[in-house]
Amino acid sequence: MTAVSRNEVFRRFRRDRLAMFGLVVLVLFALMAILAPLLVDDDGLSAVASLDNPTWARPSGDFLLGTDHLGRSVAAQFVYGSRVSLFVGLMATIFTIAIGSIVGVVAGFAGRWVDAALMRLTDWFLVIPFLPLAIVLAAVLGRGIWNIIFVISITSWPSTARLVRAQVLTVKERLYVDRARALGASQLHVVRRHVLPNVAPLILASATLAVPISILTETTLAFLGLGDPTQASWGKTLEEAFQAGAISRSAWWYYLPAGLGIVAVVLAFTLFGRALEEILDPRLRER
Amino acid sequence: MSDDLDAWPIIDTTDTLVSVRGAHVRFGAVRGAGAGAVRAVDGVDLEVARGEVLALVGESGCGKTTLIRSMIGLEPLAEGSITVDGHEVTRNARQLRSLRRRAQMIFQDPTGALNPRHTIFEAVAEGLRIHRISGDETELVTAALASAGLRPPERYLRRFPHELSGGQRQRVLIAAAMALDPVVLLADEPVASLDASIRGEILALMRSYVDTHGVSIIAVTHDLGLAWNIADRVAVMYLGRIVELGPTEEVLADPQHPYTRALLSVVPETRRMEQQILQGETPDPSRMPTGCRFHPRCPVVASGEAARLGIEARCRGEDPVLTVRSVGHTAACHL
Ligand SMILES: Nc1ncnc2c1ncn2[C@@H]1O[C@H](COP(=O)(O)OP(=O)(O)O)[C@@H](O)[C@H]1O
Ligand code: SF4
Ligand SMILES: [Mg+2]
Repeated sequence: MTAVSRNEVFRRFRRDRLAMFGLVVLVLFALMAILAPLLVDDDGLSAVASLDNPTWARPSGDFLLGTDHLGRSVAAQFVYGSRVSLFVGLMATIFTIAIGSIVGVVAGFAGRWVDAALMRLTDWFLVIPFLPLAIVLAAVLGRGIWNIIFVISITSWPSTARLVRAQVLTVKERLYVDRARALGASQLHVVRRHVLPNVAPLILASATLAVPISILTETTLAFLGLGDPTQASWGKTLEEAFQAGAISRSAWWYYLPAGLGIVAVVLAFTLFGRALEEILDPRLRER
Repeated sequence: MSDDLDAWPIIDTTDTLVSVRGAHVRFGAVRGAGAGAVRAVDGVDLEVARGEVLALVGESGCGKTTLIRSMIGLEPLAEGSITVDGHEVTRNARQLRSLRRRAQMIFQDPTGALNPRHTIFEAVAEGLRIHRISGDETELVTAALASAGLRPPERYLRRFPHELSGGQRQRVLIAAAMALDPVVLLADEPVASLDASIRGEILALMRSYVDTHGVSIIAVTHDLGLAWNIADRVAVMYLGRIVELGPTEEVLADPQHPYTRALLSVVPETRRMEQQILQGETPDPSRMPTGCRFHPRCPVVASGEAARLGIEARCRGEDPVLTVRSVGHTAACHL
């Protein structure tokens, strides 16, 4: 993209209040995740270190968000849990987008049998049932953050690949691509100078929308007990709260922060992503 | 233009720049009953001299675009051969690249041919980069823009295509093409999408490069008036074949092929000619007629004149070849 259109994107983005709100929320959560050790004491994560604490304590001056059934600080779990949720969400998105974009660009640009083969592969991955695969992988590979990232990436790249391929196919038919060929451009030149700049905004927008999906997926898997047992995540907090009977005890301080955290981050990413998509969508920009 | 026969350019075959021999381009058979492969270019022979301007005229769908695209290898030949400036058009990537510097294409739709995300500078510099032309890029680009009448050129460098008018965009594309110092411009209906009031100046601009740079131009058009304005010679195409070829003035004043006559009769400026609206279904290059490919629509056949002259059987059964009618003027008709 060029300098001028980048400024234009910036300007339009700043005018979009919902998108700006989403961005502010995301920055706050990111700061919380990065600064976690400065904000809370990680002793709050350990049942052993929390032996002397009261259990099921309501929020108070000592424990801002109260304690859980083992006396651990819910605030510490919430702050540290954001790290895992955001990390899994971002990493899974990076892999999803990387695989999906490469497959989509190669399939759309190469055409013929390469396209046919890659699309067959994509369809094949698209029908893999997500939960059974997650459970099988958890059983085979053990439960861990990277396995969750792997499961999310392997099951979600096909839709990105299809999206990118469709865009590549339309760009490929543009007259300016024909002109570049007539000028003597190589395939690589056409991809670099004409196809990628046209597809990049779409990839960016779909990435910001893939993050919340990945975060929700991580939550689901952790809630089902398929997450990393050694690391606090929002999904795991919800699972433990549920198992410990927090709901029947009306211990809202135990499950509400993690639940609201997920909703806030997912909503913020979605607002941000929708606005980006609208601003960057080449169909709207290129009349 | 003079009536003197000697003033017409006589094509010097020792200075042939583009040579097309027995060229055929086919597109895959269309799905559906009976239709064969599309024979878009179906046996074309043509020579264009250095510094010559040739107009390629004919109805839409007769293969004009395909023919000029095949000259830079954008459509591969099924049969025949083409040489440009002594180099054969091959499928070899390296040779194609150098060919695509010597021959430059100008498109009908300058808006679509410019990437909307690229500045005018980038659009003109693209070819310079692809061919790694040495020299100061900004200087080369500004010089090209100035020579295409975009002055002062500095004012255009940072602008985007949508900030320019259609005529200015076409000038940008012409500048980008000429920046590579080509020997031939292949112009596909270069002014068809432009406002009538500026067509003349764009044609004059292209024509000016013939005098200043010695470039040749093959200009596709379905507008005979345009041919009259810039071309030294006219080639009339029908269903993938050249059916008449000769000096502009002669072809337009004394057309030999019934198809050329029919085309001319509907041009308003050609007085004294009785208007002939072509009958019959529009031609389909996947169902080539037998004999003369024009016979299903030929007014000479329809009026019974062919029968009177005793050539009707040949019209229906024998494919006519180009025969000489006067100096440098040929037509493919049994008449
Ligand atoms: N890429 C293609 N695939 C299939 N058929 C084509 C293709 N390009 C052109 N044709 C067909 O070839 C014929 C000649 O087309 P074209 O060269 O564009 O004609 P013109 O430029 O004289 O209008 C037409 O019948 C057209 O439908
Ligand atoms: S050969 Fe016969 S059918 Fe063909 S153009 Fe001449 S007169 Fe018409
Ligand atoms: Mg055409």
